Amino acid sequence: MTINPDLQGRSYPAAEVYDVGREKIREFARAVKATHPAHFDVEAAQGLGHPDLVAPPTFAIIVAQRADAQLIEDPEAGIDFSRVVHADQRFTHHRPIFAGDRLVAELHVDGVRAMGGGAMITTRAEIFALGEGDGREPVSTTKSSILVRGEGQ
Amino acid sequence: MNPVFEELAIGQDIGSRSIGVTRQDLVKYAGASGDFNPIHWNEAFATGVELPGVIAHGMFTMGAAVQLVTDWAGDPAAVVDYQTRFTKPVLVADTTGTGDAGAVIDVSGAVGALDAETRTARVDLAVVFDGQKVLMKAQVLVKLA
Repeated sequence: MTINPDLQGRSYPAAEVYDVGREKIREFARAVKATHPAHFDVEAAQGLGHPDLVAPPTFAIIVAQRADAQLIEDPEAGIDFSRVVHADQRFTHHRPIFAGDRLVAELHVDGVRAMGGGAMITTRAEIFALGEGDGREPVSTTKSSILVRGEGQ
Repeated sequence: MNPVFEELAIGQDIGSRSIGVTRQDLVKYAGASGDFNPIHWNEAFATGVELPGVIAHGMFTMGAAVQLVTDWAGDPAAVVDYQTRFTKPVLVADTTGTGDAGAVIDVSGAVGALDAETRTARVDLAVVFDGQKVLMKAQVLVKLA
């Protein structure tokens, strides 16, 4: 399969809402071997001035990869998931993610570049927290590059 | 004691730690993150796509490595930016049932830059597996009080 070069510049609008739960923050924190009390104990988080449990710095990957799935599963994209290798990743937090946040992500395909028999695809997820009414607040910008390996790579 | 911006110096060591990783850790990370790519938990699948064996999620390594910085900063919310490149895979041996780690990742950090205007420190992480850096340009921007 070959990667569709027309993907560059494509966007996928915010789809389903991701509700950030306390137990999910705790589960993710344990999975990355985090032990800071602000991930586990509401009083400890509030003691640092936060409204609720604080998500670990890479928690946004859950929301970003859900957004990425729209691209990876897009039959027009031509991406074989089993040949995908994560090449780089960046998180820019406009504010921390807290338990109770209701998040949505817009996905932008910023770059598609042929590499050997494969391709490097760079995506950016703009993650917002939904507020009252139509309001939404920027929470995180995540950028990732994936290498889709060609045969023999 | 949480770090104080005025007391930091470029090159200052923030500490180090070793992280033992098992296949079960990868299954846990898959479940917690939703990334169920079988290259992270199935040997036959991984070798079938020309990998040397089951490898850790890059995001597992990235997520685990930053805990050194979070604990140093005293508040996970202090991490305002975090980036890396994934250069080498972390191959995790199957040690199921033995209690041994299938891989050990060594993480150390040092202050790489200071910005007085934004009161941020950039911590540069060295993340090593099997004698080789597995993350490159692993930089964590920390906002200090």
